[in-house]
Amino acid sequence: MIADERRSLIWWTWVGDHLDEIWQRTVEHVQIALIAIAVGCLLSFVLSVIAVRFRWTFKPITRVGSILYTIPSLALFGLLIPFTGLGLLTAEIALVSYTIFILVSNTVAGLDAVPAPVKEAADAMGYTWWRRLMTVEFPLALPTVIAGLRIASVTVIGLVTVAALIGNGGYGALINDGLQRSFPTPIVIGSLLSVVFALLVDGLLAFALWALTPWRRRT
Amino acid sequence: MAATDVNTISGAIDFLFTPENWTGPRGILARTWAQIWISIVAMAMSAALAIPGAVWLAHRRRAPNLSVAMVNLGRAIPSFAIIVLIFPFSIRFGFGLGFWPTCVALVIIGVPPMFTNAYAGIASTPRDMVEAASGIGMTDRQVLRKVELPVSLPLLITGVRIAAVTTVATATLGAIVGYDCLGTYIVSGLRRGESGRPEVLVGAVLVALLALGVDLFLDRIERAVSPWNT
Repeated sequence: MIADERRSLIWWTWVGDHLDEIWQRTVEHVQIALIAIAVGCLLSFVLSVIAVRFRWTFKPITRVGSILYTIPSLALFGLLIPFTGLGLLTAEIALVSYTIFILVSNTVAGLDAVPAPVKEAADAMGYTWWRRLMTVEFPLALPTVIAGLRIASVTVIGLVTVAALIGNGGYGALINDGLQRSFPTPIVIGSLLSVVFALLVDGLLAFALWALTPWRRRT
Repeated sequence: MAATDVNTISGAIDFLFTPENWTGPRGILARTWAQIWISIVAMAMSAALAIPGAVWLAHRRRAPNLSVAMVNLGRAIPSFAIIVLIFPFSIRFGFGLGFWPTCVALVIIGVPPMFTNAYAGIASTPRDMVEAASGIGMTDRQVLRKVELPVSLPLLITGVRIAAVTTVATATLGAIVGYDCLGTYIVSGLRRGESGRPEVLVGAVLVALLALGVDLFLDRIERAVSPWNT
């Protein structure tokens, strides 16, 4: 009887008994993902500004970004281990590097799409380069920027599960634990919660765009 | 945080310069081919699943939200989770470990990008182009074959490239469920702890090179078949 329950897809008794562990894995997963997304945003923003200001840097930046993006996560972890060891730092470096390509290409595309007359109007009003970028161009580019951020966030949240293989927590640790013991429940719970978390962040960002760009609703 | 680990790096170089590590059923060459082979099989299956359906639905302009939903879900479900989720079923239904659970997972992972791009390509054929084609007397089939398919070819091939790169990258994770491929160096190396570090590095370098090589190769093909697009 118990053996049968153990083999079923979700053994609810196990879930009930392990709510603490599931909660702890949730906290870890959210932490690892949010650090990567936040650092990725910051770094990508700086790189995008450099790419827009000094046009010749755009190609090399996206080229390196796309190479990093193409390297499979487990391999990127493996490449970093000799330098940063097992654990959080290695995972974060790899996860951040995955965001750069998506975020920089979208941000630059968004900034490029700002109509020239708008920029000229800002110049004519005496805006400095920085003020024009931050108060005129960047807000107008937000739809494209956030579209990129949604892709990057969902990708990162999924990849956090792989980070469990190099000794990090998060839902991947639940999945890995179930795999080691041929026990489906933690695998299913870990996978499901990871998907739910990804869709939640995706929805939140869609809402953030709506809230941040009131002028798009005045039609 | 460990400083740069010289032993790991020199160990990995030693490993790569030992000829015995390249040959034999568990050598680098065999494992590289294993990773490419499973990707080819999985790609053939996911293309057969994704492209005809997408072409037909897009030709009829039906289910426009399906491809968006599919690509979003495909991105949200971690590939690691897919492989591990399929594993218990594969054991229970007698497909064993290794090849089949990995292959089924790769098929699932390959479908969304190909479906979405095939759909987008066909559906984005300009309406007046389609009308002009039927205006000069083309049948429904001819419109699809002579207008919509050629117009959508570049996008379709981009979809195949994205799917192929993702597939060959994800095949690495097959090592977790016992598929002997380049990922095995990483996974078994990690299990062995400190002494396995050089092996992890060897696997990581080879997997990275393979993924970048496949990407570059398909990029060339993409440019060759759509010269007007560059």
